Amino acid sequence: MTTQALTGPHDYLRAQIRWHWSEIAFWLATLLPFVLAPNYLVLASQIAITGLFALSLDLILGYAGIISLGHAAYFGIGSYTAGLLSAHGWGEPLTGLLAAAAAAGLFGYLTSFIIARFRHLALIMITLGIGLVLVEAANSASWLTGGFDGLQGIHSWPILARFRFDLYGYTAYSYSLMVLFVVFLAARRLTHSPFGLALRGIRENGPRMPAIGAPTHAHIRAIYTIAAVIAGIAGALLAETTETVSLESLGFQRSADVLVMLILGGTGRLYGGLLGAIVYMVARDQFSGLNPQYWYFWIGLLLIAVVLLLPNGLFGGLTALAARLRGRP
Amino acid sequence: MSAVALSARGLNKRFGSLVVASDVELTLPPGVRYALIGPNGAGKTTLINLMTGMLRPDSGRIVLDDEDVTALPASARVQRGLTRTFQINSLFPHLTALESVTLAVCERRRVAATWWRRLTAYADEIDEAYAILSALTLAGVCYRLTRELPYGQQRLLEIALALATRPKVLLLDEPAAGVPRDESKDLFAAIAGLSRDITVLFIEHDMDLVFRFASRVIVMVGGRVLVEGTPAEIAADPQVRAVYLGKARLDGRVP
Repeated sequence: MTTQALTGPHDYLRAQIRWHWSEIAFWLATLLPFVLAPNYLVLASQIAITGLFALSLDLILGYAGIISLGHAAYFGIGSYTAGLLSAHGWGEPLTGLLAAAAAAGLFGYLTSFIIARFRHLALIMITLGIGLVLVEAANSASWLTGGFDGLQGIHSWPILARFRFDLYGYTAYSYSLMVLFVVFLAARRLTHSPFGLALRGIRENGPRMPAIGAPTHAHIRAIYTIAAVIAGIAGALLAETTETVSLESLGFQRSADVLVMLILGGTGRLYGGLLGAIVYMVARDQFSGLNPQYWYFWIGLLLIAVVLLLPNGLFGGLTALAARLRGRP
Repeated sequence: MSAVALSARGLNKRFGSLVVASDVELTLPPGVRYALIGPNGAGKTTLINLMTGMLRPDSGRIVLDDEDVTALPASARVQRGLTRTFQINSLFPHLTALESVTLAVCERRRVAATWWRRLTAYADEIDEAYAILSALTLAGVCYRLTRELPYGQQRLLEIALALATRPKVLLLDEPAAGVPRDESKDLFAAIAGLSRDITVLFIEHDMDLVFRFASRVIVMVGGRVLVEGTPAEIAADPQVRAVYLGKARLDGRVP
């Protein structure tokens, strides 16, 4: 109380924004696969991409409280945009990312007008519906998408005309990690901006927001569009690094998986999605090698345990543990 | 500023067969302290909901500072200076008091859609929020989460949020609801200390507070404005005594 009274409001808010040493440690650790697990760089690349997708979902779910069961729609649009460009002769990765971001963002913006009007169960049903509609649309437009067989003939050019995609995933992981980091920086800035504060206001008490003069719908449309852009970038990364795109990239399974990852890792803290993606993808890689059918049994068990015991997810559990070790209650 | 800060003209609202507002006429001149009183179910909160845009009237108009705001959404009315508080705390549980009020200031200054700049770059907004909290004796607890604040301080935070919108007209729905009596005096002292540029209308059941802090009183019964006048006039009005001040009930029975 007395120490708090000595702190001015500016110092207090600045302290919340400052980089914590553990954040720096985390990002340094993302370089470890290059030396410790060079045989797993392909997996590491997919984890980075999935983490980016989870980050996108966290911006709407964790910060603005918008629950979605169809977030793969925007991921898939990104995948197909980059994939189609490449299959039709333009395999330049960075412009592919930008095009995917634009396409997913446009679809996100259009759908955000519906999203902004609903909450709770209605929102789950609507996002689910959007996802299902898109899968079937992509399936029936097989002349364009390749339908059930997936898109054929994707070939990614070297990045900046120099760095060729290799079989070991060295370029893929470097590329995915760099994109993840850049987007993360932008997302981190967003969460510490006035807009980030407004999103938390919507999450905490959406109906109250108009009474402080907040154009809630406009805020929701903005963050939904931004999240769609990021999901599209993640989808494009997957298309470019694996040189495959299938209906699976749009599907319900992907929407559900990313939600599970985010809940496991912890919502509303950016790192939760990244941690969730790491745990989920590594566990899937290990367990499904042992017994593929059994894999979801363990994930289900883990999900129940986390929701029951760690309401703020694994990341929330870690921060609580760290606070305890430092001797704070 | 015009001679009328806020007026309601012929407001009607019904839910099915239940009439909650019936030809409500109201004219609030600038700077006046109004108390809105009436028995439970008289339509007091409904009137606030109608004027602030939380409810749409079936007919009638709401005019704020010479501008017809009847068709405007709630947030646009707040941006024009018509703000309310809630009878039941409606706050942001996991934001600190400082964050909550800073958010409201940022919304008023139209910077809350900015996502590429740090919040800490908005020093003026933060200072203003801190000043509002200080004025309401909340500076000492402004780094605590709203949900951890004692109830009385949460009531003050409701008012702080409203002040952050820089209202011209402030509608307070039972600002002291649930607050112990001695604390509610402090709360009303804070309200009485508000700038005279702000027109205040508050709903309150405690007649002691009404007569102390209101310069005029509006009495509502059954969705209608029964009478309006100075506290002395209201206290002497036989109609009001009949329906409200405990001499008799509406149906004529003596309690």
